[in-house]
Amino acid sequence: MFLAISKRLLMLIPVLIGITMISFLLLQIMPGDPASRAMGTRASPEELQAMRELWGLGKPLWVQYLYFLRDCVTGSFGMSIFHKQPIIDLVAERLPFTLAIVGYSTVIALLIALPFAILAAANRGRMLDNVIRQIFVVVVAMPPFWLCYVLILWLALRMGWFATGGVGDGFVANIGRLFLPSLVVGLSTAALIQQSLRAALIDTMKADYIDTARAKGLRGREVFLRHILPNSLISTISIIGVRVSWIIGGTVVVEKIFSVPGLGSLLIDAIVSRDLPVIRGLTVFFAIMVVIVNLITDICYALADPRVRLE
Amino acid sequence: MSLLSVRDLITEFESPSGTARAVDGVSFDVKPGEIFGIVGESGCGKSATCRSILRLFGGASARIANGRITLEGAGDLAQMRERDLAQVRGRDVAFIFQDPLSALNPTMRIGKQIGEVIRRHRKASRAEARAAALQLLRDVHVTSPERRLDAYPHELSGGLRQRVVIAMALALRPRLIIADEPTTALDVTVQDQILRLLKERCDSLGTSIILVTHDLGVVSQICDRMAVMYAGRVVETGAVRDVLDAPSHPYTRALLAALPGQVSRDSQLIPIKGAPPSLIDPPAGCRFAPRCTFAQPQCTIGTAPGLHPRPAAAEGHFDACILNEVSHAAA
Repeated sequence: MFLAISKRLLMLIPVLIGITMISFLLLQIMPGDPASRAMGTRASPEELQAMRELWGLGKPLWVQYLYFLRDCVTGSFGMSIFHKQPIIDLVAERLPFTLAIVGYSTVIALLIALPFAILAAANRGRMLDNVIRQIFVVVVAMPPFWLCYVLILWLALRMGWFATGGVGDGFVANIGRLFLPSLVVGLSTAALIQQSLRAALIDTMKADYIDTARAKGLRGREVFLRHILPNSLISTISIIGVRVSWIIGGTVVVEKIFSVPGLGSLLIDAIVSRDLPVIRGLTVFFAIMVVIVNLITDICYALADPRVRLE
Repeated sequence: MSLLSVRDLITEFESPSGTARAVDGVSFDVKPGEIFGIVGESGCGKSATCRSILRLFGGASARIANGRITLEGAGDLAQMRERDLAQVRGRDVAFIFQDPLSALNPTMRIGKQIGEVIRRHRKASRAEARAAALQLLRDVHVTSPERRLDAYPHELSGGLRQRVVIAMALALRPRLIIADEPTTALDVTVQDQILRLLKERCDSLGTSIILVTHDLGVVSQICDRMAVMYAGRVVETGAVRDVLDAPSHPYTRALLAALPGQVSRDSQLIPIKGAPPSLIDPPAGCRFAPRCTFAQPQCTIGTAPGLHPRPAAAEGHFDACILNEVSHAAA
């Protein structure tokens, strides 16, 4: 196990080199001069020249790439033009909020999806199954930005149950503060989990070993809790993994609307303020997170299913 | 005096194309300590018949539409509420499925899966159940049983897996074991070992077996009595020697003629032409008549013929051919 994990971590190196190259080159292809883009039209030629010197823009491409690589390896991921801070410091400030949304929304998703998946599977093909499916189709089809505003208007402004946005101090305060954004993200996760878990449950119910369990005399609830549910949940692990790596960089809209200072809003701010090093650094950081989340997913999968071995 | 008595059993399966009567009026008895074989082609209803006894239909939507399934001392299993039947399952009647790999939970250790049946019906701690499971593995001659307790099913060979399944079935010394093609999924080299093991263990515990198989060789080797099924009905039943040495129903005869020499002494193999009828809309009269070389006009009218003693036959030897009945009446 340990050996397999170390092997996977070593495989990260070529992947990361590829990612840094792509994110570096993509910003190179962008038209225009990064210095003037960063400083705006009012900068004097001398100031622009000083900026180019500072960034090493006059140097050959491969030297610039090596500078960038050095920044990634030393862990700073470069300096933000706008914040005048190492990018890793910006990420460290905001990562807890994004991770909070990741965890919170996944818990909400499971709490919603589990009972409905079980209900739908137990009534497969019947009216209730179809009604549940239609409801989740509607949930998936609702655009997140629209859902955000509906929830703000209804639950925050009309009912006054939640704040309209922002974050609070400490864990307890944020359970309330982050509920609405996590709910929006969690609802689409819930729809994905519900669909796949329903299918997995129906598949497992047909398995021969379920008949074996019943042939032992186990009662319906025992068969379900010990045999059907655990074996069906295995497939949910990979769905959660895919969703988590998506949420880390993909909650831009939700974070922006609820003024959550997470990674998504850092990215959007960097784009708006043309903070190129931040965009580049975040791209690499997101890529690293995706790879790590995938590894964690695979480890969980191997732990849950003895037939699966970590390569 | 029979341990299990099945009378007029009808089991229907719902499918998109209609209701199929997989079992249509089946009756048979299993006596204490005997091995009763049920043979027939795929889809003849032999599996559905034995699954009906414990109402284990997998994911299929099936129901017992008619009939009695009387287990001595337990009452009518067909009428029993699900929770009462759950008391019978595993304790009085155990089931062995065809494919031991798919019949074992892939994510649960062997020891726990065996212990589960013990802890369901008896008060036993985890440690006691584990000790009992270990002894059961020894009883079915599993090598290094201590190590196997913590193994997962995919880590064992096919033969070992089926031994585990047998150990599980024997755990509470049931009075009846239903074995649905227990060796079909195994290598030919282990099939014989597994059958011998099953017979040996059941003989020593006095357990009866219903052995479902399509292999007449297996039946002739280890069964005491047998029933031949065709298209959801029993067409011939009796002691194994009587049925195999003097088959009276044309289907049984055709089946034996189609076998390589180990059972039938005919050197030439004669295939049965045609295919079994649809169980959704079966033909009138005898269901084998469309494929039967002896068929007469009266074979294809009315309801399907029931079992009756064949002329001058051994005791307990019945068949369902009306031509035999006619000759019997004439004699």
